[in-house]
Amino acid sequence: MIEGKNIDKSFGDRKVLENVSVVLEKGLTNLIIGQSGMGKTVLLKCLVGLIALDKGEVYYDGREFSKMSFYQMKEIRREIGMLFQGGALFDSLNVEQNVMFPLTMFTEKTTAEKLDRANFCLSRVNLENVNKMLPSELSGGMKKRVAIARAISMNPRYLFCDEPNSGLDPQTAHLIDELIKEITLEYNMTTVVVTHDMNSVLEIGEKIYFIYHGKIWWEGNKHNILHTENKELQDFVFTSELTKRLRPVK
Amino acid sequence: MKFLFHFGRYLGLIRQAFKQPQKQSIYIRQILVEMENLGLASVGIVAIISVFMGAVVAIQMAFNIDTPLIPRYTIGFVTRQSVVLEFSPTIISLILAGKVGSRIASELGTMRVTEQIDALEIMGINPATFLVLPKIVASMIINPFLVAMSMILSIGGGWIAGATTRLFPTADYVYGLQSFFRLYDISYAFIKTIVFAFIIASVSAYNGYYTKGGALEVGEASTNGVVFSSISIIFVNLLLTQILLS
Repeated sequence: MIEGKNIDKSFGDRKVLENVSVVLEKGLTNLIIGQSGMGKTVLLKCLVGLIALDKGEVYYDGREFSKMSFYQMKEIRREIGMLFQGGALFDSLNVEQNVMFPLTMFTEKTTAEKLDRANFCLSRVNLENVNKMLPSELSGGMKKRVAIARAISMNPRYLFCDEPNSGLDPQTAHLIDELIKEITLEYNMTTVVVTHDMNSVLEIGEKIYFIYHGKIWWEGNKHNILHTENKELQDFVFTSELTKRLRPVK
Repeated sequence: MKFLFHFGRYLGLIRQAFKQPQKQSIYIRQILVEMENLGLASVGIVAIISVFMGAVVAIQMAFNIDTPLIPRYTIGFVTRQSVVLEFSPTIISLILAGKVGSRIASELGTMRVTEQIDALEIMGINPATFLVLPKIVASMIINPFLVAMSMILSIGGGWIAGATTRLFPTADYVYGLQSFFRLYDISYAFIKTIVFAFIIASVSAYNGYYTKGGALEVGEASTNGVVFSSISIIFVNLLLTQILLS
C-alpha cells in the first residue's frame, strides 16, 4: 500500500497540488484521473520521488519515503516498476537489452539467466521475436509493452503507469489495460495508473481518485463513477457521445 | 545571479557524477563505449585539421622569414612550438568542443525530455554517475591521444608543405624541430588537454542533463554546450598558460 498525506506542490507561484491525500491499495489498480494540466502526473512523480514535495509525506507500506535520502530511496526504488508515457526505453539498447537492463544493474545473474527472464517478461506482454529490434523500430504499442516487460523484470511490488494508453489505437489500449490488470493480480502489486481515458477508467478502475485543479475532488470506483453527483466529474466523464449514452437515467 | 545558480548546479552535478558507481564492470564497459563514441569517431576530423594546420603554420613562417639574418631552421622550430604549445591542445579541444560537446549535450538532452533519465532514477540508479562520469573519464583518457596524434600530423603537415612547395629544405625543417626541445612543453600541452577534456565533457553534459521541454530545447542545450565549453576552454587556457609557463 502507498499512502500520500497532505501533499502540496507549487512551481513558482502556481500551486499544482494542494493538500492531496491518497491511499493506493495493494492488489488493486488504483487510478488517478482528471483533465490535462490538473496535476495528475505531478502527483505521480511526487509519489515516486522524481519531484520533491513542498509539504506532506509519502509512505510505502509504512516506510516514510519522502524523508529518505537518494541512497535510502534506492532500496525502495528497486521495488518499483514504472511505465512512462512515451515508454522511456533506452535508445541505444535493443529490446532484450532494455528488459535485461535492471537485471544487469542489480543482480548477479548470468547472461543466460537474464535472457531467460527477459524472454519470459516479453512473452508475458505478448511480444516475441522482437528481441534484437531497437526502440526506434517499434510501434507505440510495442514500446509500451516492452516498457511493461522492463518494469516487471525485477518482480516489483509497486507499478506506476503514466498514461499507459495515450496515443494508442483502441484495441492496443484495451490490450495494455488488460495486461496491467492481469499483472497487478498475478504479482499482487500496488498499481497506480494516471489516465484521462474513460475506457481505462471503466475497465480497470478498481479505485479511482479524480483530481481537479490540484485537489482530490472525488474518490470512488468504476461502478459508482457513472452515478456521481459531482458536477466537475460529470463534465469529465460524460464528454463523449458514447459516455453520454452510459449516463444513468434518473 | 544566474551565473551563480548555474555554477552551483554544475558543481552539484559533478559531485553527483563522482559518487561510487553502482557496478564497476558496467562502468568500465561504458567508459570503453564512450571512448569509441567520443574519441575514435573524431580521429578523421582531427587528422584532417591537424595536417592542414601544420602546413599553414609552416608556409606562413616561410613567407614571413625572408631575411637571411634569421636561420631557415626557425621554420621547423616555430612550427613545433606553435603546434605543441597552442594549436594542438587548444584548437583541437575547441574542435572537439564543437563535435563531441554537441553530441553529449544533445544525447543527454534527448534522454531527459524522453524521460530516460527519470527511468534510470526510478530504477535506483544515479543517472549522473551512470551517464556523465563515463563521458568525463573517457574524454580525459582519449583526448590526450587525439592531441598527440594531432601534434605528429601537424608537424608532418608542415614537412609536406615544405617538401611540395620547396619553400624550405627538409633538413632545415627537421633540424628546427629538434632544436631547443623542452620536455616540459609536452607536459604543459597534456595538462591543458586533460583539463580541456574535463571541461568539454562536463559543461556539455550539464547543458544536456538539465534540458526541459522538447526538440527546440534539445537544440538549444546542444548549442549552449558548445558555446559555454568553448568559452570556458579559452578562459582556462589563459589561466593555465599564466600558471604553468610563468
